[in-house]
Amino acid sequence: MAKEKKPKIKNGMMQMPDGRMMRVQKMSTLAYMKQHIWLYLLLLPGAIYFIMFRYIPMGGLVIAFKDYSPFKGIWGSPWVGFYQFQKFFTNGDFGMLLTNTLGISLLQLVLYFPMPIILSLFLNEVRHNGYKRVVQTLVYIPHFVSWVIVASLTYQLFNVSDGIINQLYAMVTGHTFNILSNASTFWGLIVGQDIWRETGYGTIVFLAALSGADQELYEAARVDGAGRWRLMWHITLPAIRSTIIMMLIMRVGSVLSTGYEQIFLMRNDLNIARAETFDTYTYTKGITQGMYSYSSAVGMFKSIVGMIMVMSADRIAKACGESGLY
Amino acid sequence: MAKEKKAESKARGVNKFGVVDVIIYLVLGLIGLCMVLPFLYVIAGSFATEKELTERAFFIIPTVWSLNAYKYAIQTANILRGLRNSICLTLLGTLTCMLFSLTFAYPLSKQHFRGRNWIMNMVIFTMLFSGGLIPTYLVVTSYGLRDSWWALILIGAISPFNMVIIKNFFQGLPVELDEASYMDGANDFQIFRKVALPLSKPVIASISLFYGVGFWNDYFNAMIYLESAEKFPIQIQLRSIILQSSTIADTVTEYDINGTPPDKAVKMACTVIATVPILIVYPFVQKYFTQGVMVGAVKG
Repeated sequence: MAKEKKPKIKNGMMQMPDGRMMRVQKMSTLAYMKQHIWLYLLLLPGAIYFIMFRYIPMGGLVIAFKDYSPFKGIWGSPWVGFYQFQKFFTNGDFGMLLTNTLGISLLQLVLYFPMPIILSLFLNEVRHNGYKRVVQTLVYIPHFVSWVIVASLTYQLFNVSDGIINQLYAMVTGHTFNILSNASTFWGLIVGQDIWRETGYGTIVFLAALSGADQELYEAARVDGAGRWRLMWHITLPAIRSTIIMMLIMRVGSVLSTGYEQIFLMRNDLNIARAETFDTYTYTKGITQGMYSYSSAVGMFKSIVGMIMVMSADRIAKACGESGLY
Repeated sequence: MAKEKKAESKARGVNKFGVVDVIIYLVLGLIGLCMVLPFLYVIAGSFATEKELTERAFFIIPTVWSLNAYKYAIQTANILRGLRNSICLTLLGTLTCMLFSLTFAYPLSKQHFRGRNWIMNMVIFTMLFSGGLIPTYLVVTSYGLRDSWWALILIGAISPFNMVIIKNFFQGLPVELDEASYMDGANDFQIFRKVALPLSKPVIASISLFYGVGFWNDYFNAMIYLESAEKFPIQIQLRSIILQSSTIADTVTEYDINGTPPDKAVKMACTVIATVPILIVYPFVQKYFTQGVMVGAVKG
């Protein structure tokens, strides 16, 4: 109906007679919003979500500076300044948490981090695509099952009374070994689960980088008599170098985050000494013991340090000539 | 072209299958086996009789097949209720998340959208910093969402990471489509619904699977926010079954082999019941997850 009257200006762009689009200078924001009212309406539910479930909880962090009690509410509770933080840094738990968190994270860095790279290099050597696909299909599976199932499988395989792995272990050594409730093996147990669950899935990003490697380089190098190892060292590894650096930086940036579920599911009274990390500690103190303010202070400390680390990691990545995280 | 290449490399003798190749193939096979053996062991065990499980040291195929563990699990452990809850929660949650994420991502995908940079920065900030567990818990509680599935669904209604993937996909759609639709007198909502969404099936599929697997596997949020047992998803029930029996199994050493509660087999049966739905959708998941990861890695 109003087709002819429809202005040539659409989307803040104007069509020139020769068909090129040109940006129209300064349409007033109000007029723009009126014209694209639907875009703002579409944005609305998500915007409300971000305010209600992301930003208001950030505001809720004020309780870290208060002595929160559920009866007085957030605003009625008295201010205590940095008392909660002082308590956290002086009561001795901080050292324990730092040890455990860094212990698990560094062990992950040393043992888990190289695994997807090694597996990718192996998969890259496979020339039968069918075989490669079968192996890939198998190694991705663990990523998709929940931590509860991983924990359940671990219990069933490793428990002392009838776990199959402990039975095999007993056949060889003559005695069983209770890895499930042993503080000294807890970090290894956690990292072992990580390796089992995430190694396969972790190869996706490296294999993608490898698929971008120049095939002609391989041909040329082979003609020059390069063997398998030289090809890997001089062509394959350089092809995934930037991906490795990116993943490494991201890993280091999130070194304080060990997550809740996995550790929570594997810890028990006997291994708790090595199992409490910053993440699980906020749960223990906050949800189970009701120390809301104290726990928020711990969480806030972790969030701020975590943010600084991720941002520094990003800076370093960019300084190294990589594209950065965002 | 690929064929030519193959012929070429064959001519140069590249395809010779050496000792190192054999080792690589074997190692990869072993790794693949390690990833599935735990599942096979548990599946086989769930069909075995308790007697066999406790008497034979280890096996992969039971000599006597039995469905007792499943019967027992279904009758006593309320596992069906958990399964039903998890299915409903996953469907409802995925649908809600997709609604929120698609509608939020669409305006942000328009280059001309005013306020775009400002809003994107607000979103990216939430990826770097968050209120953390306790403030979120208190705020969600103050909304009256305790003991409601909506708490689990709404706290993650938009994953910034997924939203950015959707946004990038929308950005890849040709601008000319918009222009043509505006010409036909369509408004932005009509374009979103009738042009953008039908063209976005691949990204909708992969992100739905991201959300869906997340809801199916979620344990921690359900544990924190849910109180009444009739709302528990299967992960919570599985956890309590495992926890319960692992303590029992480790403390009570002498239990009646012919007794009715087939403890070990029931644990296995419950694990299988909670795993099977994931394994059923796995072929689709694998296809779309890989795509999703790639989009995120390339453009994220």
